[in-house]
Amino acid sequence: MTTALRRYPVLIALCVAALFMIVPFLIVTVNAFKSPAEYAQNGPLSLPDGLYTQGLKDFWERVDFGQKLVNSVLISGSVAVLAVVLSVLNAYAIGIGRIKGRTWVLAFFVLANMLPQEALVYPVYYLSKEVGLYDTRLSVVIVFTVIQAAFGTYLLSAVLGQFPREILEAARIDGANKWQVLWRIVVPVSRPTLGVLLVFFFIWTWNEFLLPLVMLISNDNQTVSVALGVLQGQRLMDATMTNAAALLGVLPAIVFFLVFQRTLTRGIAVGAVK
Amino acid sequence: MTVTVERGTRVAGRSTAQRPPRRPRDSYALFLLPGALAFLAVIVLPFVMNTYVSFTDWQGVGSPTWSGLANYRELMDDSEFWASFRHSLFMVVAMAAIPTALGLVLAAALFDFVGKHFGTRFAAVLRACFYLPQVLPIAVAGIVWSWILAPDNGSLNALLKAIGLGSWQQDWLGDPDLALYSVMGVMVWVQLGFPLVIFMAGLQRVDPQLYEAAELDGAGWWRRFWHITLPQIRPEIYVVLTWCSIAALKVFGAVYVLTKGGPGGATNVPSYFSFTTFFEKTQVGYGAAISTVLTVIILALSLIGLKLQERTDA
Repeated sequence: MTTALRRYPVLIALCVAALFMIVPFLIVTVNAFKSPAEYAQNGPLSLPDGLYTQGLKDFWERVDFGQKLVNSVLISGSVAVLAVVLSVLNAYAIGIGRIKGRTWVLAFFVLANMLPQEALVYPVYYLSKEVGLYDTRLSVVIVFTVIQAAFGTYLLSAVLGQFPREILEAARIDGANKWQVLWRIVVPVSRPTLGVLLVFFFIWTWNEFLLPLVMLISNDNQTVSVALGVLQGQRLMDATMTNAAALLGVLPAIVFFLVFQRTLTRGIAVGAVK
Repeated sequence: MTVTVERGTRVAGRSTAQRPPRRPRDSYALFLLPGALAFLAVIVLPFVMNTYVSFTDWQGVGSPTWSGLANYRELMDDSEFWASFRHSLFMVVAMAAIPTALGLVLAAALFDFVGKHFGTRFAAVLRACFYLPQVLPIAVAGIVWSWILAPDNGSLNALLKAIGLGSWQQDWLGDPDLALYSVMGVMVWVQLGFPLVIFMAGLQRVDPQLYEAAELDGAGWWRRFWHITLPQIRPEIYVVLTWCSIAALKVFGAVYVLTKGGPGGATNVPSYFSFTTFFEKTQVGYGAAISTVLTVIILALSLIGLKLQERTDA
């Protein structure tokens, strides 16, 4: 009986804590639909009188948000696919091919993943200018493909190291070469893990800030994160505009979250416990 | 385990030895070629360049002039540099220590309390609430919070006023004595979901019989947490602490959007410091030295983390 009595205070405390976590989302949503006059009069805590969408529209046009979305999808999508391909090739050689010195090769990839981007950013900026890739979406795609593939290689090598040998041997006996074994057997069998990587690479790249901030200076190339971050950094926006920006920035993240929730939580567990 | 797999490879190699027998194991190296080349161009070359530049005097144009350890000597006397690393320690508290501690308690509470008495679905919904900030771009989280913490008509101040605590209103991000703590608070909010989700996943592999036995022996929730949960998910704790500490040392986007290192350098961190030194002051050599020191610290921390993990695996 005492436990039953003790149950509810703890539950309520947990619910309050959870509410505290999502309050910022709620309050941003509410305020994105207020007119500046209404905001000035009633402050941030009141409910909106009606659905004022002009702030959202103004902001959308001002930053050309559609273009930013296209850039983000294009960059993150390309990185996700290319980085998974690169990770698979690397991990095939390390995990299944068990090439000589694989421990060192793997250590190298892990280190590459741990390196702070600050130690790469100026040379990457300088070199991309030298080869004429500065301020192109391609430059960001190339850099993040490699950075994400470092993590992918590390994770996939461990997964492929446990790949059932009998299947591989059977395929080899049937006369499949290494290339065929990779695409017809290893890739299809590892599809769940590859899916997790694809989702993670997409979201991680979407959220990246430092390198895209440095590399993408023209409006036509900027990602959602960079465009919003730069505007906010300049403090040019009023409260309604800020909320419109925040809401538009939050929405894609929530969509990913709802669509991929399972993959995300499962994937984190896979990554953490190797 | 590894040994048997190795043997398997050799057998497979021999059975397909219709081709000339030239070290079948190494022909896989070809698959590594694209990755290796890309890594050389995008990671190794820039990293080596950055390290080289840190020993030079360079404005980013013309050719760098070798200056030996001059940049590092200057760093030693640079109070801005030391302050930025001191702030990093605060970030480690906000992004690694506090989220890990809170995450442990929350994960245990959600897993063996809410999950058991109110259903796993309910626990999953609560978990999702805590995890949500993690999927947000850090720049967007910065926008949300810089508005909530704004001095005039920001939500936090408005809320304090509404509940009669008007005297508690502050310029949360603009007051040099407060700004760092405000940024820390935001980072706790951002970071909390990551340890929570990992710990909840870790708890799933703990044998429920351990808890049942402890419960029969009359151990309360706190004792079970201390003597079963903590030791059982120690590997996850090390992973989380390592990852989050590294993330804390690298924190950039939040500082850029929330405070730009201000007011008066009160929230400057090494990564923001190197960024401004590179691109605003164009002292590339000096910026490279800052980022090299940061790299050394991060790599050292990673190695310690990996070692701790290995020890728990054994």
